[in-house]
Amino acid sequence: MTATPDALESEGRVVLDAGDIARALTRISHEIIERNKGAEDLLLLGLQTRGVPLARRIAAKVSEVEGTPVATGSLDVTMYRDDLRSHPTRTPHRTEVPGGGIDGKTVVLVDDVLYSGRTIRAALDALSDLGRPAVVRLAVLVDRGHRELPIRADHVGKNLPTARTERVRLHLVETDGEDEVRITES
Amino acid sequence: MTRHLLSIDDVTAEDIGRLFETAAEMHDVQRREVKKLPALRGRTVINLFFEDSTRTRSSFEIAGKWLSADVINLSAKGSSTSKGESLRDTVLTVTAMGIDGLVIRHSASGAPGQVAGWLSQEDRSIPVINAGDGMHEHPTQALLDAYTLTRRFGSLEGRHIAIVGDLTHSRVFRSNVKSLTKLGASVTVVAPPTLMPSGVGDWSKEAGFATSYDLDAVLPEADAVMMLRVQRERMSGGYFPSAREYTVGYGLTRSRLALLRPGSPILHPGPMNRGLEISPEAADAVDQSLILDQVSAGVAVRMAVLYHLLAGEEAGA
Amino acid sequence: MSLLIKGASILGRTTADVYVEGGVVREVSTSSTTGPRSTTGPGSTTGPGSTPERVVDADGLVLLPGLVDLHTHLREPGREDAETVLTGSQAAAVGGFTAVLAMANTNPVTDTAEAAERVWELGREAGLVDVQPVGAVTKALAGEELAELGLMARSRARVRVFSDDGRCVGDARVMRRALEYVKAFGGVISQHSQDPALAGPSACCHEGPLSGELGLPGWPGVAEEVIVARDVMLARHTGSRVHVAHVSTAGSVEVIRWAKSAGINVTAEVTPHHLLLTTDLLAGYDPTYKVNPPLRPAEDVEALRQALADGTIDAVATDHAPHARHDKEHAFVDAAFGMLGLETALSVVSTVMVESGLLDWEGVARVMSTNPARIAGLEGHGAAIEPGAPANLTLVDPAASYVVDRADSVSLSRNNPWHERKLTGRVVHTFLRGRETFGG
Repeated sequence: MTATPDALESEGRVVLDAGDIARALTRISHEIIERNKGAEDLLLLGLQTRGVPLARRIAAKVSEVEGTPVATGSLDVTMYRDDLRSHPTRTPHRTEVPGGGIDGKTVVLVDDVLYSGRTIRAALDALSDLGRPAVVRLAVLVDRGHRELPIRADHVGKNLPTARTERVRLHLVETDGEDEVRITES
Repeated sequence: MTRHLLSIDDVTAEDIGRLFETAAEMHDVQRREVKKLPALRGRTVINLFFEDSTRTRSSFEIAGKWLSADVINLSAKGSSTSKGESLRDTVLTVTAMGIDGLVIRHSASGAPGQVAGWLSQEDRSIPVINAGDGMHEHPTQALLDAYTLTRRFGSLEGRHIAIVGDLTHSRVFRSNVKSLTKLGASVTVVAPPTLMPSGVGDWSKEAGFATSYDLDAVLPEADAVMMLRVQRERMSGGYFPSAREYTVGYGLTRSRLALLRPGSPILHPGPMNRGLEISPEAADAVDQSLILDQVSAGVAVRMAVLYHLLAGEEAGA
Repeated sequence: MSLLIKGASILGRTTADVYVEGGVVREVSTSSTTGPRSTTGPGSTTGPGSTPERVVDADGLVLLPGLVDLHTHLREPGREDAETVLTGSQAAAVGGFTAVLAMANTNPVTDTAEAAERVWELGREAGLVDVQPVGAVTKALAGEELAELGLMARSRARVRVFSDDGRCVGDARVMRRALEYVKAFGGVISQHSQDPALAGPSACCHEGPLSGELGLPGWPGVAEEVIVARDVMLARHTGSRVHVAHVSTAGSVEVIRWAKSAGINVTAEVTPHHLLLTTDLLAGYDPTYKVNPPLRPAEDVEALRQALADGTIDAVATDHAPHARHDKEHAFVDAAFGMLGLETALSVVSTVMVESGLLDWEGVARVMSTNPARIAGLEGHGAAIEPGAPANLTLVDPAASYVVDRADSVSLSRNNPWHERKLTGRVVHTFLRGRETFGG
């Protein structure tokens, strides 16, 4: 187990502050609207845990611009991970999909950091057990490179080249009291 | 989390909380079209049942399969003792095929624990889950009972639960009294003197539950009541004189329903003797009888147990 | 063959040299009685000054008359995979025994003269202890018809003790007839007291708070006590004598104490394990601790120790019950009843009774040799160690402390409840009529 988050997170450097994050999310929201030609049949699914508040913020922005409510939900991929057997078992978080399900929808997966791509692969497997979306896209706040699978994001807040020895952490007001993306040595 | 689930003693209140969170997610899977999670893909689980049971066995089978495990059912009824093979030999033979988990039901108290001990002596330790051993424990039953009540009440802290029936021979009672008190509930058990376990006086003081011969006095004080199955064969052992006398004294009759607090849940591990320990009115009481909820909870809870014991790395405990 | 045991403490009292020749004690000379004042018995071919063939330095050792076990299961014929008369005799010799009574629940049951003589001959062939067969009370141990008690008594095996052990003679009419019948030849019935109606078919342990928690079906102490009470009254009524095998409860002790005070001819034995082990050991469901009568709570163990010390219980008997591994490697409820006991009996009695001051070594001689020999009618055993007595002798190191390792046992079986336990007091030599049968 690594040291407590508090101890670590006061070190390292901030690469995105609250303002950067807000602007990135706004731009992502507009890109989603543009790509989808509106907000119809859109379903934003945040990946547990930090993707969920991000998805809500994006949904709120899209809804503000388009003037219609946008469906959001949460997706937990613990059971679909390919590294289950190399760690002690983890308790899954909530998977909540709005009443209409995902069949025929344009699902935009939302996550904080895109790294190896394995989490997204697991999310795609989870989605296929939940139904058959018409289209699946991916929006991430940070893409830090080092992909191990052929996965790419459709919408990226910031491209951040990193070393494998570094850790990238997103803090959000909803969970940590402030908005920032911080890189530390692990 | 513990390595085996042999008894409720193997799980802390925190462990139970984690299992319930997982079970809540698993419950959703039951409602989907694709009832599959890949978490136990490639794992092989054997249901080794030395005692008949369709419902518990199929519950474990479904649970394993919905987690993508390969589940094999072996009925070992009477196999070892009649052929002169010891229980130890039987279990070592079965596990020699390289399986990942063992679910055991046996008519002898303590057998799953002995089995876990023999496997570990031979360096062949795999998680062992007790699906009911004699009169000793039935931990997954107690977990699903508590989970069902938690979904109704939120927390069980301070709730008063009554358990009624043949306590002497009941593993459901022994497991439930441990799990419910662990979760902060208070428990009163009700039975005629001949069906109270030997030495229950000392035991109940130590373990923190109350005993009573008077069902009518206990029911109005209970937030929920759990009726246990009474076997008619017990009459031949002289435990009670007749079925109707048992029902009048200790059955959840239609008139006793009125003694319950409004909406108090009714539980029964099944199979029920309708008309003996539980009236049809009580068994089918709308919004009050949670007996069918228990069954669906059973699959979700067993999925959570299998996941937590088998999905992660071996050095779990 | 001549043997000199030098400097032994006889019954823990006087230190002396004991000279044995021709299987008989010839001379017992204390250090203050050397020379012309030493006691020399008749028929001695050598006097002081001649060299014995074997000298045993018994400095610091206690000399007891050879131990006698009233209750042993040698399993032959029928279960030679668990024990044979030979291996059982070897275990007995290790334990300091010079005579053992072999229970009748073999296969076939020892319920005829021929069967009794067969076991007796096997004992003589082994030649390590005097194996005295016990005859069944009822045919095939079925509890219905008397077995040929008289023919067994007249046989070369000279059966005097009869028991259906393993089972209780539950029918009061049958027990009455048996008690009456054996009066003709000075026989005694050894009763396994367990009321079949109070101890159900699947009962496997002591019924109490622990069995209630563990979910194990058990039987209460009263199932033993009602039979003990019934049998002492029958003994009084028939003017016969009765022996209570393996007493296990305080209640039974109370009944026996009353019966003796009322002049009833009753004797009783207790096993080493019932003097030390309690029912708490069952918490792990280990079938090593499954035995009949079951291990009881501490209050009963305490009462048994007191009763052995004050003579209410006359003897220690091992109830040595070997079992093949596959008969024990079952769920507790299904496993066989029984524990090994021959090799460790003296050590357990020493640890429990002598170390605590409840018995001295003279008392040990009484309960493990003299009384059992008298109850069984075995001449030549349990005798005082004096010139003319058969040289059935046991040398004990009272201070030797050791940890039991079940792998060291000479029994064929391994169901040993003493494994990894530390005991104080150990048999060092055993002599059967002057011949060493065990020398550790």
